[in-house]
Amino acid sequence: MITASNPSLPATAADLPEPKRWGDRLFKTITFLSAAMVGVGFLLVAYVLIQGAWPAIKLYGWSFLSNTHWNPVTDNYGALPFIVGTLVTSLIALLIAVPLSVGTAIFLTDLAPLWMRQPLTSVIEMLAAVPSVIWGLWGLFVLMPWLHDVPYTWLNKHFSFIPLFAGPIEGSGACILTAGIIVAIMILPIVTSVSREILRSVPDLQREAAYGLGATRWEVTRIAVLSYARRGLMGAAVLGLGRALGETMAVTMVVGNSPKIHASLLQPGWTLASVIANQFGEASGEIQRSVLYEIGLVLVGVTILVNIGALILIKSIETPGSRRT
Amino acid sequence: MSDQAKSVADSSPSAPTPAPQPGSASPASMPSAKAEVAFDIQDLSIFYGKTQAIKNVHLQIPAMSVTAIIGPSGCGKSTALRALNRMHELTPGARHTGKILMKGEDLYGPHVDATVVRRRVGMVFQKSNPFPTLSISENVLVGLRLNGVRDKAFLNQRLEESLRMSALWDEVKDSLNRPGTSLSGGQQQRLCIARALAVRPEILLMDEPCSALDPIATAKVEELIHALKSQYTVVIVTHNMQQAARVSENTAFFYMGSLIEFGPTEQIFMNPKNPQTEAYVSGRFG
Repeated sequence: MITASNPSLPATAADLPEPKRWGDRLFKTITFLSAAMVGVGFLLVAYVLIQGAWPAIKLYGWSFLSNTHWNPVTDNYGALPFIVGTLVTSLIALLIAVPLSVGTAIFLTDLAPLWMRQPLTSVIEMLAAVPSVIWGLWGLFVLMPWLHDVPYTWLNKHFSFIPLFAGPIEGSGACILTAGIIVAIMILPIVTSVSREILRSVPDLQREAAYGLGATRWEVTRIAVLSYARRGLMGAAVLGLGRALGETMAVTMVVGNSPKIHASLLQPGWTLASVIANQFGEASGEIQRSVLYEIGLVLVGVTILVNIGALILIKSIETPGSRRT
Repeated sequence: MSDQAKSVADSSPSAPTPAPQPGSASPASMPSAKAEVAFDIQDLSIFYGKTQAIKNVHLQIPAMSVTAIIGPSGCGKSTALRALNRMHELTPGARHTGKILMKGEDLYGPHVDATVVRRRVGMVFQKSNPFPTLSISENVLVGLRLNGVRDKAFLNQRLEESLRMSALWDEVKDSLNRPGTSLSGGQQQRLCIARALAVRPEILLMDEPCSALDPIATAKVEELIHALKSQYTVVIVTHNMQQAARVSENTAFFYMGSLIEFGPTEQIFMNPKNPQTEAYVSGRFG
C-alpha cells in the first residue's frame, strides 16, 4: 500500500539500493588492526628483552642456563636456580589447585543445590579479584607462621629422611612449598571459574545418556561429564599454569629469596619472576641489569615451552577409544 | 486396585490371566491384547515447580508390545515417558503424586533406588548421544562395565548380540574401536539403542528416537522397533502420527497433560471415541 502511494520507496527486493560495502571494510580493518596489535606487542616485548639482555647473552652464552651461581660481587650469574624454583613452585601449585578447582566446579555445576550455585560462584570470582600483594601479606603474616609451626615442623621431625622434607627449615617458614601453596590459592579462582564454564558446556544429553543407563551421580560425572570435558579441563589447568609461572609479588614475599637449588621443599628458593621484582630496582651496574633482562627472557621462554608442551600433551590424549571406561 | 495390579503382574504362566477391568483404570476401553501389564500407572500427576505437566493419568501399558504416546507439543508426552524410569526427577523442582507399578512394585516406593529403576527401564533419546571419548564397543558395553561386569568373553558376546539386535553389527563389526561419534546420525542412534539393550533392560523407552533422522535411517529404526517387540516392551513418544500408526499396537493420546484416549492403535486412528482425539489424528489441530 505504501509503495503504491510513494513511488520513491522500493516495491520489491530488486528495487532496493545496492548494499553499502564500506561498513564491512571498516569493520574488517578495525578487527584486523586489533589482532595485529597483539602480535606487534609481543614482538616489541621480545625486542626490548633481547636488547636489554644482549650484553649478558654475549658474556655468558648458553652456560647462563645451566650455571647455578648467583653472585653480584663477582658478576657470576646463572639462571638455573630460578628456573628450577619457578617450575617446582608452579608444579606444586597445579598439583594442589587443579583437583580442588575441578572438584569445586563439579560441585557448582552438578551437585550444589540451585540456590547455592550463584552466590558461591560470585564468591569464587571475587577471590580472583584480590590483588597479588594482599595474598602475599596474608601468606607472610598468617599462613607462613602457621605452616612453619604445625605442618613443617611435624614433617621435618618425622620425615626428614625423605630428601623432599629435609631440614634445616627457615624460622620464618619461607620456602618453595609455601610459595607453591600461595600460588595454588591464587590460581584456584581462575581455574575453578574456567572449569565451571567448561563443565556447563557439557550437553545435558550426555548426562542423561549416563543416567539412563542407571549410573550413579559419581558415575555420571566420570563417564559423561569429565571424559567429555577433559580436554577443556586440561586447558583450564594450562591457563592456571601460565599464571603460576609468572606469579611475582606474593611469591617474592614467601619463597625465601635464596638462589640455591635444594632437594627439600621446606628450604628457601627463588623464582624467575620474583628475582626480577626483587633486584631490578637496586641492580648495581650494567651487567646485573642486563642479567635481569635475560632472566625475563628466560621466563618468557620457559612459559612458552611449558605451554607448547602442555598443548602437545592435550592433543596426544585426545584419541577416542584408546581409553577404557 | 493395587491388589488387582499385583495379581496381574505376578501372574505365573499357569494362573489364569485376569481380564482387564473395563473403565476402572483407563478412561478409554482397555486394549484387547494379551493382558500382561508392563506399567500400571495409577492417578499419576507430575509437577515442575508450580506447573502441572501430567494430570491424574491412569494407564496400563501392556507388556511385549509397542505402545505409542502421541499428542501436540507441550502435552506432557515426554514427561509421561520419562516418569516411567524416573528421568523426570533430574529436572530441578520436579515432584509427583500417584503411583507407577512395575510388576506390582511401585517405582517410587520409599526403598526403590532410581538408578536401579533406570537399569531395568532403558532409554533412547531424541538426539543420538554416544559418549564421544569412547569407542563403538565401549559405548555399547558402558552400562555393563558400570555394573562391574569384567568377563571378557561375556562382554564380547553381549557386544555382538546387542549390535545385531540394533541391526548395526554388519556395518560396524570391522571398526569396533573407532569412536562412536564417527558413525552417521542414523548409525549413532542405533548405537545408542544397542547401548540401552546391552544391559538387557526389561523395558525400552524411546523419546522421539527418529526426530533427527532422515527417512532411510528412520525406516531402519522402525524396523528395529518391530523386531524388538517380540522380546521387549517398547514405549515410544512420537510427534509423527504415521510413525505411531506404523510401529505401535496401542496408542495413548495426551493433550494438555491429560490422557485423552488410550486403545489399540487402529482404533485410535480409524475410529477414535473422543472428539479431541479425532481432531488431532485427522490433522485438524496440533
